[in-house]
Amino acid sequence: MATKKIKIAVLSGKGGTGKTFLSVNLASVTQNSVYIDCDVEEPNGHLFFKPQNLQTENVTVKVPFVDPARCTGCRKCVEFCKFNALAYIQGKWMLFDEICHSCGGCVLFCPEKALTEKNRIIGSVQKGVSEDITVMSGILKIGESSGIPIINKLLHMAQDMDENIFIDCPPGSACIVMESIKDADYCLLVAEPTLFGMHNLKLVYELISLFKKPHGVVLNKCIEAVNPSEEFCKAKKIRILAKIPFDKKLGELNSNALIVSRENMEYAQLFSALWQKIAEEVHNEAAFDSKR
Amino acid sequence: MVYDIKYNQGGYVMKIAIPVEEKSSSTKICISFGRTPYFLVFDDAKKEYNFLENTAAESRGGAGVKAAQFIVDNKVDVLLTPRCGENAAEIFNTAKVKLYKTINDSVEDNLKAFSEGKLELLQEVHPGFHHGN
Repeated sequence: MATKKIKIAVLSGKGGTGKTFLSVNLASVTQNSVYIDCDVEEPNGHLFFKPQNLQTENVTVKVPFVDPARCTGCRKCVEFCKFNALAYIQGKWMLFDEICHSCGGCVLFCPEKALTEKNRIIGSVQKGVSEDITVMSGILKIGESSGIPIINKLLHMAQDMDENIFIDCPPGSACIVMESIKDADYCLLVAEPTLFGMHNLKLVYELISLFKKPHGVVLNKCIEAVNPSEEFCKAKKIRILAKIPFDKKLGELNSNALIVSRENMEYAQLFSALWQKIAEEVHNEAAFDSKR
Repeated sequence: MVYDIKYNQGGYVMKIAIPVEEKSSSTKICISFGRTPYFLVFDDAKKEYNFLENTAAESRGGAGVKAAQFIVDNKVDVLLTPRCGENAAEIFNTAKVKLYKTINDSVEDNLKAFSEGKLELLQEVHPGFHHGN
């Protein structure tokens, strides 16, 4: 069947829940897929894929700089900057570039035209291949506060790729996650079987509900006990797509940076079945939308 | 609160600022420089003190930069503070405002220690407690 390709974002409320585990394995069982690591503060998907033929490109943002000969010290720029990235101290114009949000307002407001913009490197994007999979990672420079421009760059690079795309999101539910899921057709939430895990699931669930994204949950690290995350899903009528056991085999493969579905048939089948379910859900959703 | 601040560590001090919690003479020193609600400013030339509201306290980001600009604009020479972020420290360095590390949360103890030359210069600046983006 000729089907539209899907963009799936994998999220969780905290780190270490299994976002990378899920997205790496889902990408692995899907032919010619694209894996995008948007966890730019500590991308780790590449450790599993070990991509070849790496191409690296810097990501820059615009920051203002001053022509001291033109600056009269009127401070219009300092007053304008809502992020307080500018100061004017004893005749010296000062920029604190890691606070600057690159809005460009100070340049527009300067009555003396003393400000112009220059590029500042905040990180990079890498693209490579691992078997038939395209692997892309964003890397934020240490000390930088916002990885959003890097995520935008990654998603822009993937825009024209007509393949199924798996987006490994940063943890949490902040702006950077919103940026990562905004173009996704489907959001896959991963949750741990603890009260803390349930609380984090609730946070991301609220976020994706706000975005009105089709979604489902994978319960990870399941043991024979009460699962608060599962109870939350039942109460909210959220579809549980798979349960992955707390399995020593998985821990061993993961800690050796091996891709489980390339090493273990049983789990390869679990991930293939999960992918099938997600694909069906997305296509049903699309069919439902077209009837509305 | 009347203090005779004889400054003996490199020149005469006109104005001293301290981040404080409340607008009252019994106030404690505030642990945050950038987001302190008030600055207590002593003017040694006029022998008076004022509470200045810190307009940077409610900033979404860059509170340290804005508060430092505010301190410099108020012609403060010396700041007594428990800590200071690196951006604010860069501003103070440019403006030649001296930073001294407070020894406890009492305004009185610290002013006394300062006037006796017992406070040490603040050596460590922290990289900031920046919130989300």
